[in-house]
Amino acid sequence: MDLHFTSATASADERAVVDGALAGKLNGDGRMRRHLLLPVLHAVQDRFGWIGPGALNYVSESLGVAPADVYGVATFYASLKTAPGAARMVYVCDDIACMNAGAEALCAALESSSDSWSRSPCLGLCDRAPAVLIETAGASTSATAIAPATPALDPQTSRPTQVGGSARRLLRRIGRTDPQSLEAYRADGGYAALFKALELQPGGVIAEVIAANLLGRGGAAFPTGRKLKAVANAPAYPHYLVCNADESEPGTFKDRMLMEEDPFAVVEAMTIAAYAIGCRQAYIYIRGEYPQAAQRIGHAIAQARAAGLLGDDVLGSGMGLEIELRRGAGAYICGEETALFNSIEGKRGEPRNKPPFPVENGLFGKPTVVNNVETLANLPLIVTEGGVQFARVGTPGSTGTRLFCLSGAVTIPGLYEVPHGTTLGALIELAGGIAPGRRLAAILLGGAAGTIVTPDALSMPLTFEDARAAGATLGSGVVMLFDDRVDLRAILRRIAEFFRDESCGQCVPCRVGTVRQSEALQRLCCNGDPMQRARDISLLGEIGTAMRDASICGLGQTAANAIESAIRNLGLFAAESNS
Amino acid sequence: MSVELTIDDRAVHVEDGSTILDACKQLGVETPTLCFLESLTPVNACRVCVVELEGSRALVPSCARRAETGMVVRTDSPRVRHSRKMVLEFLASSVDLSTAPEAQRYCRRYGADPRRYGTDAATVEQPVKIDNALYVRDYAKCILCYKCVEACGTDAQNTFAIAVAGRGFGAGISTEYDVPLPESACVYCGNCIGVCPTGALMFSSEHELRQRGQWKEERQKKTDTICSYCGVGCTLTLHVQDNAIVKVTSPIEDDVTSGHLCIKGRFGYQYVQNRPPEDDSPA
Repeated sequence: MDLHFTSATASADERAVVDGALAGKLNGDGRMRRHLLLPVLHAVQDRFGWIGPGALNYVSESLGVAPADVYGVATFYASLKTAPGAARMVYVCDDIACMNAGAEALCAALESSSDSWSRSPCLGLCDRAPAVLIETAGASTSATAIAPATPALDPQTSRPTQVGGSARRLLRRIGRTDPQSLEAYRADGGYAALFKALELQPGGVIAEVIAANLLGRGGAAFPTGRKLKAVANAPAYPHYLVCNADESEPGTFKDRMLMEEDPFAVVEAMTIAAYAIGCRQAYIYIRGEYPQAAQRIGHAIAQARAAGLLGDDVLGSGMGLEIELRRGAGAYICGEETALFNSIEGKRGEPRNKPPFPVENGLFGKPTVVNNVETLANLPLIVTEGGVQFARVGTPGSTGTRLFCLSGAVTIPGLYEVPHGTTLGALIELAGGIAPGRRLAAILLGGAAGTIVTPDALSMPLTFEDARAAGATLGSGVVMLFDDRVDLRAILRRIAEFFRDESCGQCVPCRVGTVRQSEALQRLCCNGDPMQRARDISLLGEIGTAMRDASICGLGQTAANAIESAIRNLGLFAAESNS
Repeated sequence: MSVELTIDDRAVHVEDGSTILDACKQLGVETPTLCFLESLTPVNACRVCVVELEGSRALVPSCARRAETGMVVRTDSPRVRHSRKMVLEFLASSVDLSTAPEAQRYCRRYGADPRRYGTDAATVEQPVKIDNALYVRDYAKCILCYKCVEACGTDAQNTFAIAVAGRGFGAGISTEYDVPLPESACVYCGNCIGVCPTGALMFSSEHELRQRGQWKEERQKKTDTICSYCGVGCTLTLHVQDNAIVKVTSPIEDDVTSGHLCIKGRFGYQYVQNRPPEDDSPA
């Protein structure tokens, strides 16, 4: 391709970083290089703290992607900078869990310090709010999360996530098995499931998953076995497996814990899924804000490969599999499966219209299974104990256990695993109940894209079907408690701002609708005129309906859920608007 | 092969591979579109063409959704009218649609009232970019339909001078680092102007006449001719006002151009209207 460049040229250092990031990866057709774009932009960002015009031109030239196009991709991601800034950046989470736990005090302290800082959407450390992430660019780049954080930004204040529950199956190894040791993993039963899967053969594995009636844990609750079967039988090749580890739903940290504390289980689960569908190249896409998860998964992939558990011939079975780790760069929308494909392909992370669905036209236009970490983590259990046995846990419609991320006004925030069917109240009791001396006012279920329910919902069994019947969703397993001292209107405003900031901007209903929703809520919080308030409540309903009906993807379609549910279930703003 | 579907209770047969929009056209059902153009790959971003499809939770974009046998489609249900109206209100309240007559017509048809979002509603207002002699870019009028990017890219020109940059409400059409067009890869084919539905991209000649209040479309005459520069034979439509060429386009249905031209055909017209100085026209 004939590309045109501005006069900006890359320094020797910039060229070395780009060349280093691309070393050994530029085989083959120049047109097939674009998928390397995000990794190489990451490398430049990590080293220099921004992507300058010379470096961008050199990236563009190396990959054969036009500079304007590269710029369009770079500016899509919040973590990639196209203007020079400080090498050390402090990101303060001011999202719904952290905003009620001292985020503003941290921001105020940073404002009067010499640190460069900015606000961040949820960092997935909600159980130990308030959280910060410190990224340092340079020859030795680093990223450190601190939770809870104090203005001193001392990493020593960090605590580990509490883990509990009434049925620890997915979480069974956490706290007992060294997550960095393949030997320890195998000694604790690890990789027995892969051996079993190789005996079962791909069709046998899929039959067990279908018998298990495993539904996806990412929010859409699609039957996993059907996806596996569709891709296994797809005539087009290659078949791809993508593990969606772009967990960014505010309030969610379950996949982070699985990756950080049991990374070999994630790699083994991916190996089983890849075997079932005839995939030789799999990807795990980990959100950029999870440096430790990326480090642990990267380590686990390398260890597994060295032990012959990945590579050209897995365990002498003749099956070849490579797993490539990809890092996100600050974009919630990339958790949407088709946006994630575009991101891996080196494009802007904009969702695609569906149909066609991923099982037929997914990553690189090929049949693809995409599931989140928790969903895949169930596969070793299903293979080991058999699908029928697996389905005995939980309810017939919602088999197995479920991970819930408890945060907010709960006594022991943390990650809890319970069988489906456990009531919301019982789950909260496992975490010690509502914090002492507080009165429960509302619960956010399922994340920012979820629903806000009243304490009446405590008796609801946590299943897909009960949630649906109650007009709620389990979403990504968020259970965030708000007590009566929390200003729920401020929570709603923050949720609206989250969607406004995270909309990719592709379609009008979401790009403008999320802005108008945020503006209407802002007015509702500040304006006392009852006529105007009534108009704004009705306007919110109209905006929400259009976003739900006409947006391309789930982001826009769910961006009004929490707000509408709060107005409906809690009567928020209603008293004032009727007065 | 043909497929049979039902649109607004009327059966229609279309060729396999047709879209719901094609089927609507065949029935004479007028469907508003903004980001759609026959010569470009559908991006289904504006969502003004959405229709209700039985069995589908959300509405579907008729411009991109393939027609399938057995589909039951409604194009004028309350849900469809609501979404279309809201999309138009969202655009009209955030973008200057003063030079977008089609969009204005749709707004009237669906009763869109952008004023109800208040005077503080965020807009994409920004200064017009004038950095070359041939055309201006007024992104305060941009609805982000992606058409210019597609025309600059693989759908027509393969120049890739512009892309969508940024995200969300802050997303916009940009060169790398927003450098002026003369520093970019732009070759001034003007195909972006040709596909722009809102006048955000405009000939300098038109922009200047509009600034002076002298742009009079009712006084313009359109004349088709064949470009004389090379042997390709592109059809040019000369827009002439007061005996001066003020704009050049090409018909989208033209077999040779599909509406696209090069810099010479689009902008190289002065030689046919060089006159002695005393006759110099205002254009």
